[in-house]
Amino acid sequence: MAENDRYFFDRYGLTPADLERYLAQALSDGGDYADLYFEHTTSSSLLVDESLVKMAMEGISMGCGVRVVAGDQTGYAYTDDLEPEKILKAAKIAARIASGPASVSTVGLSTLHSPNNLYPVASPSTDRALRDKLELVRRADVAARGYDPRIAQVRVSYADQVRHVLLAGSDGRIVTDFQPLVRLNVFVIAQEDEKRQSGSHGGGGRVGLEFFQGEKDPEHFAREAARQAIVQLGAKDAPAGEMEVVLGPGWPGILLHEAVGHGLEADFNRKGISAFTGKIGKQVASPLCTVVDDGTIPARRGSLNVDDEGQPTQKTVLIENGILRGYLQDKVSADLMKATRTGNGRRQSYEHIPMPRMTNTYMLAGQDDPEEIIRSVKRGLYAVQFGGGQVDITSGKFVFSASEAYLIEDGRITAPIRGATLIGDGPTVLTNVTAVGNNLELDPGIGTCGKDGQSVPVGVGVPTIKISRLTVGGTAPRALQSFT
Amino acid sequence: MTELNLEQLGKDLVDRAVRSGATAADAVVHEGEEFSTTLRLGKIEKLKEAAAKALGLRVFDGKRSASAFSSDFSQASLENLVARTIAMARETSEDPASGLAETGLLGQHRGDLQLYCADVAELGTEERIGYARRAEEAALKFDPRIKNSEGAAFESSVGTRVYASSAGFVGSYRSSYCAVSVVPIAQNDGGGMQRDYWYSVARGIQALDPPEEVGRKAAERALRRLGARKVATSHVPVIFDPETASSLLGHVFGAVRGDAIYRNASFLTGKLGQTVAGENVTIIDDGLRPGGFGTRPFDDEGIPSSATPVIERGVLKSYLLDCYSARKLNLKTTGNAARGLAGAPNVGPKNFYLVPGTCSPEEMIRSVKEGFYVTELIGFGVNVVTGDYSRGAAGMWIENGELAYPVEEVTIAGNLRDMLNHIEMIGQDLVFRHVIDSPTLLVEGLTVAGA
Repeated sequence: MAENDRYFFDRYGLTPADLERYLAQALSDGGDYADLYFEHTTSSSLLVDESLVKMAMEGISMGCGVRVVAGDQTGYAYTDDLEPEKILKAAKIAARIASGPASVSTVGLSTLHSPNNLYPVASPSTDRALRDKLELVRRADVAARGYDPRIAQVRVSYADQVRHVLLAGSDGRIVTDFQPLVRLNVFVIAQEDEKRQSGSHGGGGRVGLEFFQGEKDPEHFAREAARQAIVQLGAKDAPAGEMEVVLGPGWPGILLHEAVGHGLEADFNRKGISAFTGKIGKQVASPLCTVVDDGTIPARRGSLNVDDEGQPTQKTVLIENGILRGYLQDKVSADLMKATRTGNGRRQSYEHIPMPRMTNTYMLAGQDDPEEIIRSVKRGLYAVQFGGGQVDITSGKFVFSASEAYLIEDGRITAPIRGATLIGDGPTVLTNVTAVGNNLELDPGIGTCGKDGQSVPVGVGVPTIKISRLTVGGTAPRALQSFT
Repeated sequence: MTELNLEQLGKDLVDRAVRSGATAADAVVHEGEEFSTTLRLGKIEKLKEAAAKALGLRVFDGKRSASAFSSDFSQASLENLVARTIAMARETSEDPASGLAETGLLGQHRGDLQLYCADVAELGTEERIGYARRAEEAALKFDPRIKNSEGAAFESSVGTRVYASSAGFVGSYRSSYCAVSVVPIAQNDGGGMQRDYWYSVARGIQALDPPEEVGRKAAERALRRLGARKVATSHVPVIFDPETASSLLGHVFGAVRGDAIYRNASFLTGKLGQTVAGENVTIIDDGLRPGGFGTRPFDDEGIPSSATPVIERGVLKSYLLDCYSARKLNLKTTGNAARGLAGAPNVGPKNFYLVPGTCSPEEMIRSVKEGFYVTELIGFGVNVVTGDYSRGAAGMWIENGELAYPVEEVTIAGNLRDMLNHIEMIGQDLVFRHVIDSPTLLVEGLTVAGA
C-alpha cells in the first residue's frame, strides 16, 4: 500500500480485522449496509488586516463516523476518539436504526483504487513553513494597497487543509484518499470622499503553495479585488425589473449551481419535492445548453478522487442540448432509485451524514463570439462578478447576487451599477438562453456550498451567455422605464 | 468530564502555555452531546447521536499572538499544541491593540440564567422521535393538499463551555437546547408545489410549543403559498414578518459591530450619538435575558454579561465591542466577545432585539392599501459597507388592507440607512426565537422588482 493508503493503519494501529469487527457491530441489528469513515484533518489559516499579521491559527480534527443504512433509513454516530471501544460504541448507536437479526458483512475487505489521481501535491501546504504562507498574504496586502491611493482597507486571508480519509464499507471496499485544499482571499474597501465600496477576489484549489507561483499569484488576486472596488466607486443605482442579461464567463456559473444543480440532487427527486421531479427526458433548457457536473477536473476545488462514500467521481451529464438527462446520486438514493452512483455522495466531515452534492458544475462552451453577444443587446445588464446565491428547491425560485455589473446600451458596455440580486425560475431560466459563448471559464477556486447545515467546497463555470429575460433586483424603476 | 474537570483542563492549558514561554494565554474548552432525528412520511429517515469535545488555545508573545484547536486532550498532544502555537505567535506581527481583557474588567454573572434544563438530557429516544412524528402528522392531516413532506426533525444538545485566561479568570456554564421543526409540501391540482416550514426552539422540553401546533402552522404557511405569482415592479410599503424582520435586524447588527466600525467597513461608521433611525426605533443587546439563546454569564474574554442599549429612540448609543475593537476605538468593551474554538475572539450578538411597538400585525396589514407582506427572503445581496440591500423575496400581496394572493420570484431592494429611517410601524409581536429577534416591521421606500 502507498503511504497515504496506510495512514490510519500506521498512525493509529488500525488493522483490517478491526474494521471488520466494527462493521460487524454496526450490522449487529441488521441493516443493508454499513460504513466507517475515518478522517484526520489538519488546517491552518492566516489573516493580514491593517497590514498586520493579526492571526495565525492551526488545528487538528480527527474522528470516525459510523453509518448503518436500512432501506431509506440511516443511523449515524461518530467519535472523536479512535480507541476501539469508542468506535464500537458508536457502531452500536448507529445500529439502532435497524431492528432484526444481524446482517453479514462481506468477508474480507479489499482496497479499491480510484482511477483518479487528481491532486498529486509534492509538498502539502501543511508541511510548509509558516513564513512561506506569510509571504503570500503580505504580498497580496502590498499589491492591493499599491493598486490605487483610494484603497483604504485591505484584509487578506489564507486558509488550507489536508484531509486524510479512509472509508471501509460492508460491501468489502476500503478506499483511502489524501485531499489538499488551499485558498487565498483578498477583501478591500475603496474610499473617495464620503463614498465607500468593497471588492473581493480569491482563488485556490486542491493544490500546494506552488499554485501561487504561476499566473495566479497573490498580486493577481489583490489587483482584481482592488479593481472591483474602484469600479464600484462610480456605480449607479441598479435597474429594477425584467431585462436581457448577459453573464460573463467563470464564477457567474453560480447561476447553474443554484438554478439547476441543487434541484437535480437525487434526494430531492427521489422524494418528489424538487421542481425538477419527473422532468428527466424533458426539455428544461434551450438546445444551446449542455450542463455537466464533473468531479474529475485535476486540482480543482470541487474535485475529488472518490466521494465521501468511497465512490470514484465522474463527469455526469445533467442537461444535454436542453434535455434533462440525469441526477446527482449518492449511495442511498441510487440504491432506492435503482440508478447508478455518480460519485456525488459528500459530507462536511466525519460528524456528518453523506448526501448528494455537486462537485464542479458548468455549461459547455457554445459557438458564439462573446463580443458579438454583447453587441447583440440593445438594452440590458452585463454581470461579471457575483456574491452568493440560494434556491428554493420545491418552487424552483433561485437568486444570485451580482457584485460587479454594467448596463449594456446599444450593444456597448456602459455604466457600472451597484450590487443587485437577480431572481429567476430554475426549471425555465435556461430555456431563455439565446446565446452561448465559445469562451468557457471555470471559477478561480472560491466556492463553498451549504446544504442542510453542511458546507463542502465546489466549483462552477460558464461561458458568456445571454438570457433573454431575468428579473434584476435594483432600486431604480426609472432606469427601467428608459429601458423599455 | 465534570464541569470542574473541564475548568481544570482549561486552567492547566493556559498555565502550561505560560510555563512554556507565552507572556499570556487563554483557552476555550467545550464538551457536549448532540442528538438529531428526521422523520419523513411517518418513518424514521435519520437518527444521529454523538458526544464531542474540543479546545482552543490562544497564546501571546508580548503583542504577538497565535491560536490553535484540537479534539485530542492527551497530555502529549496538548504539550505539542502549546509549543507549536507559541512558535507560530513569534512569527506574527506586533499589534498594539492585542491582548487579554484587562484584569479589572473580568467577572461573571452569578444568578441562574436558565440556560440549562435537565429535561432535555432526560427525554428518551422514543419521545424525542415522537416530537418529530407529532409535528409531521399534524401537518399532513391539516389539509388534503399537504401531500408530501421534506420531513420533520427533533434536535437536542447539551454542553458545557469553559473560558480560562492567564489573567486569572476561569468560568464555565452548562446549556441545553431542543428544537422541533417540519417542512410540509403543498400541492394544488395543477401540479404546482410549494414548501414552507415552522419550528419551535427552547432551552428545555417544557418550553417547546406543542409539536401539533408547529405542524399546523407549517402547513398553513405552505398552503398560503400555492398559486404564487410574480408582480409588476413597483414602489410599495413592505411588511416584514418577525422571521424576515429578524434577518433585517441581523444586518443592523453587522453594521454596529466594532470590527466593522474600526475598519471603516460599515455604513454606521462615525455615527455614534447621531440619529440613524426613526424615533420609534430602540434596539437593545441584552446578555442576561433568562433562557435567551444569546444569554451567558460572561463573554469569551471573561467580561460579565450586561444589557447594552444600541439604538435608543433612533439615536445610535453604542457600538458592540470586544476588547480588541474597544481598544481600536478608544471605547470600553460591551462584553460581546465571541469565539469559535479557534482564532481570536470576534464580535457576536448577545440577545439583540428591536423593542416591540403597540400595533398588532393585523392592524399593520390593514393600514396598507397596496403593499407586500414578506415571509421569506433568500440570497446574500446585502452590503454592510454601503448599506445596499437587494434580496429575493416571497410572501403575500396586500390589497386594500388584506392579504390578497401569494407572491414569488421578486426582489426587494433599498438601502439599510434609509430603511432604518422609514420603519413606519412596529408590531407588538416580539418573540425570542433566535439570538437576533424583531417584531413585525412596516418599511416604506423599498423597490419591489418583478415582471
